[in-house]
Amino acid sequence: MLKLQNISFVAPDGGKAAEIIRGIDLDIPSDKFVVITGPNGGGKSTLAKLIAGIEKPTGGRLFYEDEDITELSITERARKGIGFAFQQPVRFKGLTVLDLLRIAAGRKLSVSEACEYLSEVGLCAKDYIKREVNASLSGGELKRIEIATVLARDVKLAVFDEPEAGIDLWSFNNLIRIFEKMRVTEKKRTVIVISHQERILNIADEIIVLSDGQVIDQGSKERVLPEIMGAKFTADICPKME
Amino acid sequence: MAKLDAVQLRLLREVADLHEVPEGAYNIRANGEAAGRNSTANIEITSKTDVSGIDIRIKDGTKNESVHIPVVMSESGLKEMVYNDFYVGKDCDVVIVAGCGIDNCGSHDSEHDGIHRFFIGRNSRVKYVEKHYGSGNGTGKRILDPQTEVYMDEGSYMEMEMVQIKGVDSTRRTTIAALKDNAKLVVRERLMTHGEQTAESIYKVDLNGEGSSADVVSRSVARDSSFQKLDLCVNGNAACSGHTECDSIIMDNGRILAVPSLEANSVDAALVHEAAIGKIAGEQLIKLMTLGLTEAEAEEQIINGFLK
Ligand SMILES: Nc1ncnc2c1ncn2[C@@H]1O[C@H](COP(=O)(O)OP(=O)(O)O)[C@@H](O)[C@H]1O
Ligand SMILES: [Mg+2]
Repeated sequence: MLKLQNISFVAPDGGKAAEIIRGIDLDIPSDKFVVITGPNGGGKSTLAKLIAGIEKPTGGRLFYEDEDITELSITERARKGIGFAFQQPVRFKGLTVLDLLRIAAGRKLSVSEACEYLSEVGLCAKDYIKREVNASLSGGELKRIEIATVLARDVKLAVFDEPEAGIDLWSFNNLIRIFEKMRVTEKKRTVIVISHQERILNIADEIIVLSDGQVIDQGSKERVLPEIMGAKFTADICPKME
Repeated sequence: MAKLDAVQLRLLREVADLHEVPEGAYNIRANGEAAGRNSTANIEITSKTDVSGIDIRIKDGTKNESVHIPVVMSESGLKEMVYNDFYVGKDCDVVIVAGCGIDNCGSHDSEHDGIHRFFIGRNSRVKYVEKHYGSGNGTGKRILDPQTEVYMDEGSYMEMEMVQIKGVDSTRRTTIAALKDNAKLVVRERLMTHGEQTAESIYKVDLNGEGSSADVVSRSVARDSSFQKLDLCVNGNAACSGHTECDSIIMDNGRILAVPSLEANSVDAALVHEAAIGKIAGEQLIKLMTLGLTEAEAEEQIINGFLK
């Protein structure tokens, strides 16, 4: 479904270049629930942005459903069915939650349809539908609305960047339910979740560990999870000072 | 409204949402002449005798009634100055819809300068809506220089919605207000300028009474090579509270000058000003693009929402 071929990304960092993603090869099969994990600053968000087209790789190619999408824009990728929930969602003065969900769905969703997406992420819909997506929303509320915008789209590949951040325990249970539902739905969907949460790692078909811009481990949950939880990995994530 | 032609009817829809003769009191002015008037039992509209314009007198205790006084101009080269005075009695609750639409297909400038004065009685509530709109592809400019004066008695409330989204080449809007005890003024201005347009919006609010308050919020977008000057001034002369905010988006080569000023002449005056000018945040565009919009579509959505 999604193939990364020797993808690298160098960010121009005030003169000296920082290599954030270093020659990643990945093959994400269809209809799988894949969790990407790894230490902070390892390049997970950057990788997600490369998939959504927000950043362009400085080397390598990206294939989606056997098509080379390396040169496609964010919009073109979105229209091909790639969805992306930001780690830090954006606020909009003047746009309501309903406006945003309608934009996401690409049609004039009825209020009750929009409410369904909000209920799925644990927001009491009628309280939120007319609210502006502005500074008056808390971080956790914003995060759930962000997830709802991806649910409202008819995506084939959904990428969620740390969806659990800032979400309370009650909504977290909801989140797990959403992901489980995405797995069993008759609609074929591939889901990539960037997460540190054991409960999310626990529902993964496959776990990818990203550290220092490289894939350091990839495999089934049964094999990778015990290693992440073990001491070996925690020792590894501390970057060496030179 | 038999006297109005198709262009004038279109202007009327744009500035006053009117598709037919409005209910209640109204005065429609088209190309400098009266095109329809209706007074009601509680709201009386009469022509001024010394200058052009009308007096609108609203009786004490008039509730849930409205007055529409739209102006439309479709003749190129017309220039007029009109004085309208509103005398709102005590304990009223009314809606006043003004607005001016100019269509200029000719080569001469068309200009309407409306001077509105409001005398709002004790404990009355007024909602005032004023829309400006211009259209037509002539080389003549469409110019609007309105002046509004608001005098608010004790305990009165006035909400002003001031909108100019399209087609006015040059505008200089001056609004002054003086508030007595416990009077409250709320202003919501929305402004968008294009091309070579210039817009100046000046507010001067005197909070003279104890417990008076004002909340003036301007949202604007300057596109192309247009220029806006937003001048929001509040004077706190008693125990009062004032808040002004101007929040602007600049695009292309647009320019905006925001000149906030607060003057506290009483130790119990609490005045706040907020101002922000900037282009559309790149992150907002990116988010909407990940939802399938093109960059141009994303821009439109963000601006429409912002000015809604
Ligand atoms: N545009 C950029 N310019 C410079 N450095 C960047 C840029 N984007 C990310 N980085 C850096 O790249 C590293 C990886 O960031 P990120 O992908 O956000 O990691 P993660 O999501 O795994 O925590 C971090 O050290 C971050 O500071
Ligand atoms: Mg991250």
